[in-house]
Amino acid sequence: MSEWLEICRLEDIPRLGSRVVERADGNIAVFRTQDDRVFALDDRCPHKGGPLSQGIVFDHKVACPLHDWVIDLEKGEAVPPDEGCTHSYPVRVEGGVVYLSLARASAAA
Amino acid sequence: MAKERLVLIGNGMAGVRTLEELLKLDPERYEITVFGAEPHPNYNRIMLSPVLAGEKTIDDIILNDRAWYESNGITLHTGNPVVGIDRRRRVVRADSGLEAPYDRLLLATGSLPFIIPVPGSNLDGVLGFRDIADVEAMLEAARQYRKAVVIGGGLLGLEAANGLMKQGMDVTVVHLLDTLMEKQLDPPAAALLKQSLEERGLKFHMPAQTTEIRGDGRVEAVAFADGSELEADLVVMAVGIRPNIDLAQRAGIYCERGVVVSDTLQTYDPRIYAVGECVQHRGKTYGLVAPLFEQAKVCANHLAGLGYARYEGSVTSTKLKVTGIDLFSAGRFNEQEGDETLVLQDPARGVYKKLVVRDDRIEGAVLYGDTMDGSWYFQLMRDRADISDFRPTILFGQHDVGDAGHGDEKTRVMALPDDAEICGCNGVCKGEIVEAIVTKGLFTLEEVRAHTKASSSCGSCTGLVEALLASTVGEGYEASPKKKPLCGCTDHTHDEVRRAIVEHELKSIPEVMRFMEWKTPDGCNKCRPALNFYLVVAWPGEYSDDYRSRFINERVHANIQKDGTYSVVPRIFGGETSPAQLRALAEIAEKWEVPTVKVTGGQRIDLLGVRKEQLPGIWGDLARAGFVSGHAYGKAIRTVKTCVGSEWCRFGTQDSTTMGIKIEQMTWGSWMPHKVKMAVSGCPRNCAEATIKDLGVVAVDSGWEIHVGGNGGIKVRVTDFLVKVETMDEVLEYTAAFLQLYREEAHYLERTAPWVERVGLHYIKERIVDDADNRKRLAQRFLESQRYAQTDPWKERAEGADRHEFEPLRLVRGVA
Ligand code: SRM
Ligand SMILES: Cc1cc2nc3c(=O)[nH]c(=O)nc-3n(C[C@H](O)[C@H](O)[C@H](O)COP(=O)(O)OP(=O)(O)OC[C@H]3O[C@@H](n4cnc5c(N)ncnc54)[C@H](O)[C@@H]3O)c2cc1C
Ligand code: SF4
Ligand code: FES
Repeated sequence: MSEWLEICRLEDIPRLGSRVVERADGNIAVFRTQDDRVFALDDRCPHKGGPLSQGIVFDHKVACPLHDWVIDLEKGEAVPPDEGCTHSYPVRVEGGVVYLSLARASAAA
Repeated sequence: MAKERLVLIGNGMAGVRTLEELLKLDPERYEITVFGAEPHPNYNRIMLSPVLAGEKTIDDIILNDRAWYESNGITLHTGNPVVGIDRRRRVVRADSGLEAPYDRLLLATGSLPFIIPVPGSNLDGVLGFRDIADVEAMLEAARQYRKAVVIGGGLLGLEAANGLMKQGMDVTVVHLLDTLMEKQLDPPAAALLKQSLEERGLKFHMPAQTTEIRGDGRVEAVAFADGSELEADLVVMAVGIRPNIDLAQRAGIYCERGVVVSDTLQTYDPRIYAVGECVQHRGKTYGLVAPLFEQAKVCANHLAGLGYARYEGSVTSTKLKVTGIDLFSAGRFNEQEGDETLVLQDPARGVYKKLVVRDDRIEGAVLYGDTMDGSWYFQLMRDRADISDFRPTILFGQHDVGDAGHGDEKTRVMALPDDAEICGCNGVCKGEIVEAIVTKGLFTLEEVRAHTKASSSCGSCTGLVEALLASTVGEGYEASPKKKPLCGCTDHTHDEVRRAIVEHELKSIPEVMRFMEWKTPDGCNKCRPALNFYLVVAWPGEYSDDYRSRFINERVHANIQKDGTYSVVPRIFGGETSPAQLRALAEIAEKWEVPTVKVTGGQRIDLLGVRKEQLPGIWGDLARAGFVSGHAYGKAIRTVKTCVGSEWCRFGTQDSTTMGIKIEQMTWGSWMPHKVKMAVSGCPRNCAEATIKDLGVVAVDSGWEIHVGGNGGIKVRVTDFLVKVETMDEVLEYTAAFLQLYREEAHYLERTAPWVERVGLHYIKERIVDDADNRKRLAQRFLESQRYAQTDPWKERAEGADRHEFEPLRLVRGVA
């Protein structure tokens, strides 16, 4: 069963920007795109663990700050030619509030 | 006084080259008339092979269009062969009946393909391979028919066969001997060549002697002495050429196999000169362009009345122009008694190299598969150079002699001496090409061709010329003049975007993207930082920086490290500090438990391993102690290194430390296309290493030298000297102007070194040395933009700007 956790208001995340949710077992990066969609990924690049939250956001993608891999925000997958995947989390925005579910993370753990 | 009249018969490669050389020497001397049998202006005959192969068009190979003749005052009659020369009246008569009188006559009628006189050789569908008409007929045949037979396995025959095959025909090459290109290749190299042509789909019928061409009106088959027969809808005869001397002979000009000329290219009639394939010089005729171009130079020298040049014959080398096959041959390559041969064979790479050597001198060379060193061997051969010193490694190539390079084309071409011949056709050496690239600011292959003629004839040295361009011009070099879009989101170039921003007053990233029809909704991580920078430069004070379009380092004003922590480098102007400053730094480092404190290569102190959320706090402390950001993270002004200079140093000529501090105070905070580093040295000993900086100032007794475009990074480049000035104020003005020109015109992420190489030092001098008003305006714009740029980003953030960047979110349990 998924439990939705409230993390912030939509306007707390800048458009084409991100925020970090701190967690003991690894941070989660929360992104907001130009069209106001919100996505959440483990804040670890599949390449060498770079903090994706610090990357440049464009379209539904983020470019990792360390070596410029581009990661798809919806699936967490690296855009070819690079290969790799980082964990993504379900997100809901309701009434201007952003909710996050850790369901799949706990299932995987 | 009326001009002398010069008439050229033969509008081909040798004749027109002679005119070009003549026009360079004395453009006014003659009234020139040209007769050509073909209906075209002068074109590059060599390139008929790529035209046949579909790699080039006829338009591509025109050397001089009609406008060229016109603008040089040359009267051109095309499609109008000369049919008679009246030497007594000094008049030539053309097919149309037109007559033209001459004071000097130049014969350049070339040669004719040799057609073997077998029965049927006059049938339709039997062609030579010599001119545009032949190529057009072959292309036409390829559209209608399937089977082609090429008689002749020499250079020309193989190029014809390859072209026809590329046009979709089923091609068989017939050759009299069992070695292809026997005039250029030894049997092992010929076998390799045959094998790779077979792999491409060519068929061979050899040895075979053609006895008859059969057909009824049009060719249908070719028959051979051994009784065999091949079906054929098209037959190309490429068995050799015959100097075209009919006209000369009829006019009573002394001929043997060719029109006989002296070392001044004069025939037995002193008013008549001859050049090209129609001539015979010292008993030899030639069938390649390089010797003809040498003749053209000498002939022009005499026509211009200079009279000192001598033509003494040519040593030739050959390359085959079949794309993907590298083959080089020169000199005497089949060994005789007393010769030694050096052979290197690498079947896996398809490489074969053979040198014929006698008394430690190269007599001939055959290279297959790797022809990079062909020009070097050819040079050694022509110079009769003693090779005993490097004989054991000579086959590995020139880069193996002396210190080793990496072995790629670029490194190897760099290693060539300046007098190494790069373009065999036009006799152009490396030094000439490099000089033209540097002094004329050439940037593309086309420009190099236009200025030096290198690679403008057969094109087989194109790779070398490109490598030279790349190594001379540096990273910014583009292989062809096609424009390079800023990134995948647009078709526009950096320059186009920059221009539009200014001309159409575009003031935000979305505005630029809309106006220039970006293909993506919000750009990408390549274009957005570039656009952001261009807008910062164009609209200082007005544009509000889009921090989301900045790389993380510039967004949080610190360098991200591999573990996700950051480094903090406060500015220490000119590298000069004080006990109080050092004490403050020490205390801050202790308070924040900074793991590593290091002196940087830029004369300041790096606090490494700071966590992101600590940044605003540490910055606040630094700001209170009087520090501002060192921008060690930015495409911005980094450091101004200085030496102690005349304040302390026994050699110092000026106060370099104060100069450096002044420069850094004026420039800090400014955003740049890439990082910018500067330095000031107090004397030419140059302890601050100013001559590998983006801008370096070196003090001398009488003032300051300003140097620009250096780089100490990946590819070290020494600065170019820009100007010498007398006062500190002048140094500041030139510095501001140079930086502003760079900001306004360089591409984002282009450092000053490649920028200077791209636009040329000459251009930069024009804008800021020669034009004092422009310099002052540039400097003024720089200072104006600094009014908005010199706010300390650290202090702002310590006071709360962009707080969200540094504060994590917390999870709140709740239901939705
Ligand atoms: C800290 C420092 C090394 C040190 O401990 O001394 C340093 C550290 C870095 N250099 Fe450097 N460079 C440092 C002086 C130099 C110098 C020497 C100098 O400035 O006199 C050079 C050669 C001079 C030059 O640039 O022409 C230098 C040439 C480079 C290059 C190659 C630049 C080039 O155009 O080829 C890079 C890569 C780049 O910029 O893309 C680079 C990149 C870097 C980066 C930013 C790598 C990165 O992207 O993370 C390093 C950041 C470390 C950090 O977080 O602080 N660093 N780097 C030096 C900082 C100087 C300062 O006070 O600001
Ligand atoms: C397909 C092909 C590929 C080649 N590849 C190479 C190569 O890779 N490397 C190399 O070095 N060489 C190559 N050559 C050889 C090179 O093209 C010739 O050496 C060169 O063109 C000779 O120059 P020329 O001026 O003597 O003769 P041409 O270029 O043939 O010019 C002679 C001109 O005179 C005209 N003419 C003849 N008689 C009369 C008259 N009575 N009145 C008016 N005009 C007349 C002809 O129509 C012709 O246009 C190649 C040749 C061919 C055909
Ligand atoms: S550059 Fe000249 S002034 Fe500076 S330290 Fe060296 S010797 Fe002294
Ligand atoms: S860690 Fe992300 S690209 Fe290397």
